[in-house]
Amino acid sequence: MEWETVIGLEIHVQLSTQSKIFSGASTAFGAAPNSQACAVDLAMPGTLPVANEQAFKFAVMFGLAMNADIGKRSVFERKNYFYPDLPKGYQTTQLEEPIVGPGVIEVELASGETKSIRLHHAHLEEDAGKSLHEDYHGMSGIDLNRAGTPLIEIVSEPDMRTAEEAVAYLKKIHSIITYLGISDGDMSQGSMRCDANVSVRLKGEEKLGTRCEIKNINSFKFVEKAINIEAARQIDLIEDGGSVVQETRLFDVDKSETRSMRSKEVANDYRYFPCPDLLPVILDDDYIETIRNTLPELPDAKRDRFVSEHGLSKYDAAVLTTDRPTADFFEAVAKGSGEAKLAANWVMVDLAAYLNKSETTLATCPVNAEQLAGLISRIKDGTISGKIAKQVFEAMTNGEGDADTIIDKHGLKQVSDTGAIEKMVDEVIANNPAQVNNYKNADDKKRPKMLGFFVGQIMKASKGQANPQAVNEILLKKLGEQ
Amino acid sequence: MHSKTIAQLISGLRNKEFSSVELTQHFLDRIAAHDDRYNSFITLTGDIALTQAQVADQRLAAGDAPALCGVPIAHKDIFCTKGVRTSCASKMLDNFIAPYDATIVENYQQAGAVMLGKTNMDEFAMGSSNETSYYGPVKNPWNTNCVPGGSSGGSAAAVAALLAPGATASDTGGSIRQPAALCGLTGIKPTYGRVSRYGMIAFASSLDQAGVLTRSAEDAAIMLNTMASFDAKDSTCVDQPLEDYTQGLAASLNGLTIGIPDEYFGEGLNPKTAEAVQAAIKTYQSLGATIKPISLPHTHLAVPAYYVIAPAECSANLSRFDGVRYGHRCEDPKDLADLYKRSRGEGFGNEVKRRILVGAYALSAGYYDAYYNKAQQVRRLIKQDFVEAFADVDVILGPTAPNPAFEFGAKGGDPVAMYLEDIYTIATNLAGLPGLSIPCGLIDGKPIGLQLIGNYFAEGKLLNVAHQFQQATDFHQQTAPATA
Amino acid sequence: MAVDQSDIEKLAELARLQISEEAAAETAQSISQVLELVDQLQAADTQNVKPMAHPLDAVQRLRADVVTETDQRESLQAMAPATQDGLYLVPKVIE
Repeated sequence: MEWETVIGLEIHVQLSTQSKIFSGASTAFGAAPNSQACAVDLAMPGTLPVANEQAFKFAVMFGLAMNADIGKRSVFERKNYFYPDLPKGYQTTQLEEPIVGPGVIEVELASGETKSIRLHHAHLEEDAGKSLHEDYHGMSGIDLNRAGTPLIEIVSEPDMRTAEEAVAYLKKIHSIITYLGISDGDMSQGSMRCDANVSVRLKGEEKLGTRCEIKNINSFKFVEKAINIEAARQIDLIEDGGSVVQETRLFDVDKSETRSMRSKEVANDYRYFPCPDLLPVILDDDYIETIRNTLPELPDAKRDRFVSEHGLSKYDAAVLTTDRPTADFFEAVAKGSGEAKLAANWVMVDLAAYLNKSETTLATCPVNAEQLAGLISRIKDGTISGKIAKQVFEAMTNGEGDADTIIDKHGLKQVSDTGAIEKMVDEVIANNPAQVNNYKNADDKKRPKMLGFFVGQIMKASKGQANPQAVNEILLKKLGEQ
Repeated sequence: MHSKTIAQLISGLRNKEFSSVELTQHFLDRIAAHDDRYNSFITLTGDIALTQAQVADQRLAAGDAPALCGVPIAHKDIFCTKGVRTSCASKMLDNFIAPYDATIVENYQQAGAVMLGKTNMDEFAMGSSNETSYYGPVKNPWNTNCVPGGSSGGSAAAVAALLAPGATASDTGGSIRQPAALCGLTGIKPTYGRVSRYGMIAFASSLDQAGVLTRSAEDAAIMLNTMASFDAKDSTCVDQPLEDYTQGLAASLNGLTIGIPDEYFGEGLNPKTAEAVQAAIKTYQSLGATIKPISLPHTHLAVPAYYVIAPAECSANLSRFDGVRYGHRCEDPKDLADLYKRSRGEGFGNEVKRRILVGAYALSAGYYDAYYNKAQQVRRLIKQDFVEAFADVDVILGPTAPNPAFEFGAKGGDPVAMYLEDIYTIATNLAGLPGLSIPCGLIDGKPIGLQLIGNYFAEGKLLNVAHQFQQATDFHQQTAPATA
Repeated sequence: MAVDQSDIEKLAELARLQISEEAAAETAQSISQVLELVDQLQAADTQNVKPMAHPLDAVQRLRADVVTETDQRESLQAMAPATQDGLYLVPKVIE
């Protein structure tokens, strides 16, 4: 039997507004508990919500970037349930009339194929607070600083068939929201959270299987893992004659399993109805068009431009445009050095390796785009070789300054002066008569390999600074004269 | 001093006939001496009142006196008052000291008014008799065996017993107009959105509107001038130019067309109430108004629609009372569910629980369309009735309540009998229209109310029509016998 | 539509209200009376009538994204039933 996994994602994204969606309290991260929970956020009696315009603007930007319909009329509803992190006893959200309607995006898979994933809708809502489970005399502590932070919940159609597709879609969404600057998209901090609806069915079957919802998965890696583990669990269950129960499950990273969250299952009847404290939000065409005209260049467009403008391969362009800081960094390096391909290589290989190893990001990286462009310029004009450049780069990461300063300080300038090189060649030839003899007696096939010995000796003598091309030329000439 | 109207008190204060401190002390003394009989206050704020009165006297002396400078008033205990218990007449909020002022409370402070205290009411404004208060029922000053009406029964009794010259109140289905009728007062519920709801503890958000209870239309105009404001903190508050409601009071009623809805004179209306209202219609004719019969054909559906919409909204509005951040919390909760269920079970009274359950039912899966959605459709039909009527008439006139004040326990265990007491007032809340009640007679020594309904934002017109009636009659000048 | 005691128990669970058994029977009866009243709605012809959630058919005003609130934790927590280190305390939340 061949099984197929069917996946739909619900992605919650915290919007980077200054203030909350319905109050003037700050959304800044890391404040003392409840110091950013104002009377409205705490659902004090008599308090009322007033909606934040910026949250709508961000949601519209997202909708436009997803090629989706924009809800010119959107309505907040109350979703009723009791939980200590939900002060009002209902979450203000959108249901029947969301701000973003259906849309579709393309995602690139490792195989080089692209796949269309349909967006069901995206809606605005308020985040809940946090329950802290450390022991306070057998009690839990409630911090409501996060309560009321604006979220968009992005709901896909069940269009994904593998965990890889789900991750590619999630990364695409991440890339879009960070390009737009509407969220920092930091999954580890909870700015972007993902619930996965997973079901399985026999290949060729039309009907969807019973799905389980895996809640709050907080990294790309875990999304892939959780989906694979859950799909395997469902397949085992069915193959053993059992059946899947529709429920909410939690992914346990340590145990590598998903398990039922029975606490959330008790008679959920959310009794949605339009929030009487908030009125329908009406956005006109002008408002939407103004936002459309100020949208930044999005990843797909940037990728295509990198191919046409900088002559990069589609693959390199796609890698460099995954996130906006990298794309912007690359462009600055390419522009500063005038060498797009070298710039792409340095950003994708050396810089990426450094960031990975040092666990830093572009934002905190000691090497800036101007410095890297300066380094590439020195390769281009022959001041240093590619090999020396790696040494210079390492010095840059230690904060030693720009390429010229480092080259000067360490005396790394390439020797292209033919007189100096001739002198070194003469010395090497004089000191190694046996090798010279061997070379002379060898046939043309063996000679290039033997030449390597002399080059190595000269580079050693020059501490790597001799211009390799000049060394080659002079060496060939002098050996020929022997 | 206590029998003077607010208009008279303002001029008395300005003419230095008495100081605000004297006036305030006088009302505090009266409350101390007489409120045992009525139970109209939950919390007295004598110290605050006297401090405010001293400041008012200084401002009066300095010639820097805002509109209500030095005038004592009472606030319904539904309005948050900073540093003062704000209970909504519920055990749930018995220990709740509001950390902020409601916008309307701020407005009165800025206008120099003095706060005597917080008045009793039906718990969370749910009731028409003031029998559901955690602090015990309020008694009608005209007959202490009878209810004062509700939910603003404490405000009404305090003003009727001359313990305060005016009081704030709120009206979700008739909670200003019905007690005004039962206590012989003038009470106005403005257009939905005219007055800020910020800091007014919500019962049914799309219906709730604050207003005032006074002893004349002129006083109501003076008090509403201060209460009405645009408030950016309330999304449903309307940014409509403010007007001075006292300006148009004297206008003649010549050429005014008054609509009389057939449906307000049908079965269930006490014949003596009908008689008094008919007499009032004659008075209006003599004042130059034209009377025109009209029809509001969906009137009979107002109470059923209301008892879906109001409970649905309240069921969500009251979820915040969970024993976590403020309010009543049960002893030793054994787990989270126990904390919620016992805190709420103990903190809310029966009528509140009943409405929460009805609301949960009307919104629950499988019933939403049949109840909530249907009620909201009917609501539009009811509004449409009024819109069509106002194409032909300037104001609509009818009884405020079918009966005068009834005795305690008279509606027994039958919630529906109680709900039907609001049969004439509820439709205006559903439509969001302004409504006003003025006294128009007595039955067996108990007052009867005449209701006037205006078009959107026509509070000025309503007050003018009420004031002209009060210029021609003296029903509003009669006071409860025990107050003399 | 009439409701019985078990309906009341379900609703009370949804609304997190403790209601004793005796009270549930009485509540079932009074709520059935209320439902009988509201069932009159079913007779209304509401075909093609849009539901009306707000009396004025007004639209939402949006506020500028500005932080206007300062830390008021001390005064806002002054009447909280149980707090520690600025947190509200509740019986253990089990996930």
